[in-house]
Amino acid sequence: MGSITLQKVSKVFGEAKVIPSIDLEINDGEFVVFVGPSGCGKSTLLRLIAGLEDVSGGQILIDGKDVTQAAPAERGLAMVFQSYALYPHMSVRNNIAFPLKMAKMEKSAIDKKVTDAARVLNLTDYLERRPSQLSGGQRQRVAIGRAIVREPSAFLFDEPLSNLDAALRGTMRLEISDLHHQLKTTMVYVTHDQVEAMTMADKIVVLNRGNIEQVGSPLELYKSPRNLFVAGFIGSPHMNFVDGAYAQSKSAKTAGIRPEHLILSKDSGLWTGTVKVAEHLGADTFLHLDVDGIGQITARAGGEFGAQYGDRVYLTPDEAKLHRFDDKGIALRA
Amino acid sequence: MARNVTTRHKITATVAAWIVALIIFFPILYTIITSIKTEPEAIAGFSLWPSGTFENYITVQTQRDYLKPFMNSVILSVGSTILALIIAIPSAWAMAFSPTKRTKDILMWMLSTKMMPAVAVLVPIYLLFRDFGLLDSRIGLTVMLTLINLPIVVWMLYTYFREIPGEILEAARMDGAGLWQEIVYVLTPMAVPGIASTLLLNIILAWNESFWTIRLSTTNAAPLTAFIASFSSPQGLFWAKLSAASTMAIAPILILGWFSQKQLVRGLTFGAVK
Repeated sequence: MGSITLQKVSKVFGEAKVIPSIDLEINDGEFVVFVGPSGCGKSTLLRLIAGLEDVSGGQILIDGKDVTQAAPAERGLAMVFQSYALYPHMSVRNNIAFPLKMAKMEKSAIDKKVTDAARVLNLTDYLERRPSQLSGGQRQRVAIGRAIVREPSAFLFDEPLSNLDAALRGTMRLEISDLHHQLKTTMVYVTHDQVEAMTMADKIVVLNRGNIEQVGSPLELYKSPRNLFVAGFIGSPHMNFVDGAYAQSKSAKTAGIRPEHLILSKDSGLWTGTVKVAEHLGADTFLHLDVDGIGQITARAGGEFGAQYGDRVYLTPDEAKLHRFDDKGIALRA
Repeated sequence: MARNVTTRHKITATVAAWIVALIIFFPILYTIITSIKTEPEAIAGFSLWPSGTFENYITVQTQRDYLKPFMNSVILSVGSTILALIIAIPSAWAMAFSPTKRTKDILMWMLSTKMMPAVAVLVPIYLLFRDFGLLDSRIGLTVMLTLINLPIVVWMLYTYFREIPGEILEAARMDGAGLWQEIVYVLTPMAVPGIASTLLLNIILAWNESFWTIRLSTTNAAPLTAFIASFSSPQGLFWAKLSAASTMAIAPILILGWFSQKQLVRGLTFGAVK
C-alpha cells in the first residue's frame, strides 16, 4: 500500500514562501510526475514527502496515517537522488544491503534480497565493485537497487536521469517504467523534462512558483491545458500563442495552436510565412517561421516536406484543435 | 623550439624548488651537522664540515636518559590527539551538517583563542595546574595540549566534513540509519582520509609544542622539548650537545612526516584541494 495525501502543505524558507499551500492526492500504485521549470518547488515538495525537510504548515498522510512529524526512515519510503548518493566506500553489494542492515535483517535474508535485486537490475557481475568503478547508468541502477530491496510503500525519484547522456536517459526511462509495471508500487518522480513526464506518468502534476497549475493524465494535459502556463509547458515543441485580430475573431484574448496542428502548404493557406530555420529530423520537419502579421510560429511538417531557409509557405490552423485563453490566461471551453 | 623552452623552464623550476627547499631545511641540516662536531668546532664559527664524531650523542644519552622524555612525547602527542579527535569529530559534524546562524561565529571564536599569546594566560593556567596537582603530570599536559590544538582540529575536520555531499547523508537517513549509525557507517569512513591527515598534523603540532610542556613539567612528564631545553641552561651553552639532543628529538617526527607526506600535504591545504 502506498497512498500519499498532502493537506494544505506549505514550506517557507526564511522570508521566501517556496510552497504557499498544496493539496494533492496520490493513489496507491500510481506513477505521479511532478514537473515544472527550475525553482518551481517540485524538489522541495518531494523532500517534504520524504521527510528530509520539515513542513511549515499542513499535513502529510501516508496510507491515511499522519507522518508530518515522522523521521524519514519511519515513513517507509525510498528515494533515488539526482547524484545517485551512493556510499563511495562500500561495494555495490554493501550499498544495496545497507538499508536492510539498518533494519537489522538476518544476513542470509539480506544476501538473498541483494542477489535478487542485482539480477533484476543486471548488476550481478558488479556486486563486488565500488561505485567509482561503474558507469553512470550502472550507478543509477545501484541507487534503484538500494531503493527496491526495502520494499517501500512508495518510491521517490529526484531528477534521477538528468546526469545521464541522452541515449542512456531513454533506456533508463523505459527501465523505470518497466519496474513500475513489475512492482506496481507508488512512484513519485520529479523532473523538469516534460518528455519524461509525458512518457512515464499516470498522472502529471504541473507546478509553477510552488503552486499546482494542473493535475491530470498526460493526454488530458496535452488536450485540455487549463491555462497558458500548462499549455506552453506540455508539448514539444511548445504551443504557439497568437494574440490580436485572429484571437479576437475566435472571441479569445490568446489563441494557442500546437506546431502539429498547423496544416502546411506551398500553394495556399490562411497565413503566409518565411522559413527562418528548418530542422529536418527525418520523420518530422520542424519549421520556425516568421509569419506575416502574426510573428514567430513553429510548425511541424512531414519529413518529406521540403523547405529551406527563406522559402515562402502557407499555414492554416486546424480549428478543431485550437486552444482559446481569456485575458487572465485561463482556458476557455467551447 | 617550443620543446627547448619547456625543458629549460622545467630545469629552472626544479633548481628553484631545490634552492627554496634547502633554505627551509637548512636550520635542521645545520643542527645535524653541528651535532657531529666537537664542542670547540661548534663554537668556532660557521662551518659545514664536521669532524664526524658521535661522542655528543653518547654524552647526551649518558647524562640524561633519552627514553623517558621520548616516551613522554609519544604519550602526550598521541594521547592529546586522540582526545582532541574524540571531542572534535562530533562537534565538527554538528557544525558542518546542522549549521545555525551562529556556527561561523563559534568557529571564529575558537580560532581566535589561537591568536592570543600563550604567555597571557601563563599565570592563571599555572595556578590552576598547581591547585589541581597537575604540575609535571602526563594527564595535565595531555589535557593542555588537547585544548591548545582543539580549535585547529575542529577547523580541519569541519572543512573535510563540508566536502562530503549532503545527499549521501540524506540517503543514509532515508535508508533508516540513526544519528550514530550515520556517523559510524557513512560519515566516518568517508572522512577517514581527512581524519588521518588531521591526526598526523596534530601529532606533529603536539610533539613540537614547547611553551606549555617546558613550563608545566620538570622531570616526570617532561617530553623531548624539555629534554632539549635542559641542555641550554645550567652549565652554559654546549652547542654540539644541544644539537645532538635536538636531532634526537626531531628524528622520530621527521621520520613519521616523511612516511605520511601525502596525507600531510592534504591536511595542510585544509581540504581546499580534492
